[in-house]
Amino acid sequence: MDRERIIIVKNLVKKFGDFTANDNLNFEVYKGEIFGFLGANGAGKTTAMKILCGLSKPTSGEVDIAGFDIYRDTDKIRHIIGYMSQRFSLYEDLTVYENIRFFAGIYGIRGKEFRAKAEKLIAKLNMEDVAKTLVASIPLGWKQKLAFSIAMFHEPPIVFLDEPTSGVDPRTRRQFWEMIYQAAESGVTVFITTHYMDEAEYCDRVSIMDQGRIAALDTPKMLKENAGAKNMNDVFLKLVRPQKAEL
Amino acid sequence: MLPMIFMMPIIQLLILGNAATFEMKNIRMEILDQDLSPASRELSSRFMNSPFFEVSNTAENLNDCEQALDKGAADCYLVLPEGFERDLVNMQGTEIQLVLNAINASSASLINAYCNAIAADYVKSISGGTGQKISQIESTYSYWFNPEMNYPSFMVPGILVLLVTLIGLFLSSMNIVREKEIGTIEQINITPVKKYQFIAGKLIPFWIIAQVELAIGLLIAWLLYRIPIEGSLLLLFGFTAIYLVAVLSLGLLVSTINKTQQQAMFVSWFFMMLFIILSGLFTPVDSMPAWAQSINLVNPIKYFIEFIRMVLLKGSGFEATKHLFIIMSSFAAVLLPLAMWMYKKTE
Repeated sequence: MDRERIIIVKNLVKKFGDFTANDNLNFEVYKGEIFGFLGANGAGKTTAMKILCGLSKPTSGEVDIAGFDIYRDTDKIRHIIGYMSQRFSLYEDLTVYENIRFFAGIYGIRGKEFRAKAEKLIAKLNMEDVAKTLVASIPLGWKQKLAFSIAMFHEPPIVFLDEPTSGVDPRTRRQFWEMIYQAAESGVTVFITTHYMDEAEYCDRVSIMDQGRIAALDTPKMLKENAGAKNMNDVFLKLVRPQKAEL
Repeated sequence: MLPMIFMMPIIQLLILGNAATFEMKNIRMEILDQDLSPASRELSSRFMNSPFFEVSNTAENLNDCEQALDKGAADCYLVLPEGFERDLVNMQGTEIQLVLNAINASSASLINAYCNAIAADYVKSISGGTGQKISQIESTYSYWFNPEMNYPSFMVPGILVLLVTLIGLFLSSMNIVREKEIGTIEQINITPVKKYQFIAGKLIPFWIIAQVELAIGLLIAWLLYRIPIEGSLLLLFGFTAIYLVAVLSLGLLVSTINKTQQQAMFVSWFFMMLFIILSGLFTPVDSMPAWAQSINLVNPIKYFIEFIRMVLLKGSGFEATKHLFIIMSSFAAVLLPLAMWMYKKTE
């Protein structure tokens, strides 16, 4: 399998004082795939993602994003990535439309081009009625979808989603995943962290993180086969529990 | 939030403009007249006729006077001793005793000054009346720049400075840290937005709000307190423009350094309190000890109060205030790049 690699991580270490959040991570992400980061809370998923996004500096190691080095080319990387954080992070005191306009503006999408795109997006999200409503007063599921769409508005080739579906109902999660699939089909690389095991099944490849290390990395099918498990839940319990027991 | 930003300063101006005054009225004075002579009665009546004093004659002895002071029924008492008139007539010189509640030292010294003035006035009138020449130096005075000794004219410009500073320092220092707390800062940091663009985006709205606030405040001060506007308004707003860059940068600096709104609030208060009390708004800077005056070298509020009083009351122009422009520009030139530099997009 000779696919184009878009993210290359080598010996990535992140320490906060004595605590090692990421302990020597090595992995690669291929262009156009949905790459899942699975792990318990505090396993180091978010920390790793923040480093890849340029929000946090690694303690040591190398990270290459689409040919750019995260130490030297941070600004260039910022143009080609989208990001949706774990904490809902649109401006609640701006309307739906204003949020879109604000973030689009930062990426230099203005005027006619913006209006056409924004109109299309609002129609796609079925948010015509709430376009002028403050984000604070729309349902959480809508906010999440809006946040994802805004992260994708400047058409980045890579998008990072940090537990995007936490706290939303199963139906909205499903709709959310449909949006992710659509993005992946159009060639966008999706890097997603989650602690929902069923969501791991939707990924092309999954890395299971445990206490700052990658415990396993493969397609969901292979992970299940190797672990002799029926579903991802069992895989997760088999890989993660033994280490926890040592403590 | 926006109505609050504009209403609060207006209310503050209405309250403080009237309340923050050094002028004392209704000073309650107990007079113990032990002489009961025409001369002592004449002096007593001068206190009674003064608009500043509320005199009572109920005390029969020193003990009563002390009790009145103890209970807080009087702010001070005056003793006119036996033989007051005799000594006065014989030109022997006489003494009267004033005892003051000096818990508030500044009001006590003010009362003392009032009493001295009344006593001196009395002495002058009797020496003139008897035709005897008493060799004395007479001081005549005229109050410049605030001829009516109008306290609002003195205080209100300073209060305007505080209002503008309050808006500038607090709004800006809460701002970035608030975005940290609600998480929107990450969504900003992930974008290619430049540091200077980000800081400019934070600074400009508050800059405009504070200028509008000053304009409203000035209008109220002019209509309500009839404070003079002798100098150029253009000069005032020009200076405010630079001042705000300095203060807002300080606020944004506080906001980038701190992690929570609580911390940022605490730090802003620290600066605010220090700067206000040292600023010369309430007590003259010249009477502060040297070390306090040296802290004042880096106190932007002090320079602005100095400036606004000069321009509004004295009508000073650019030449006379050039040094203040230079100082304030240096503050802005240091604080603004510092705020930009301290704002980190990558932790």
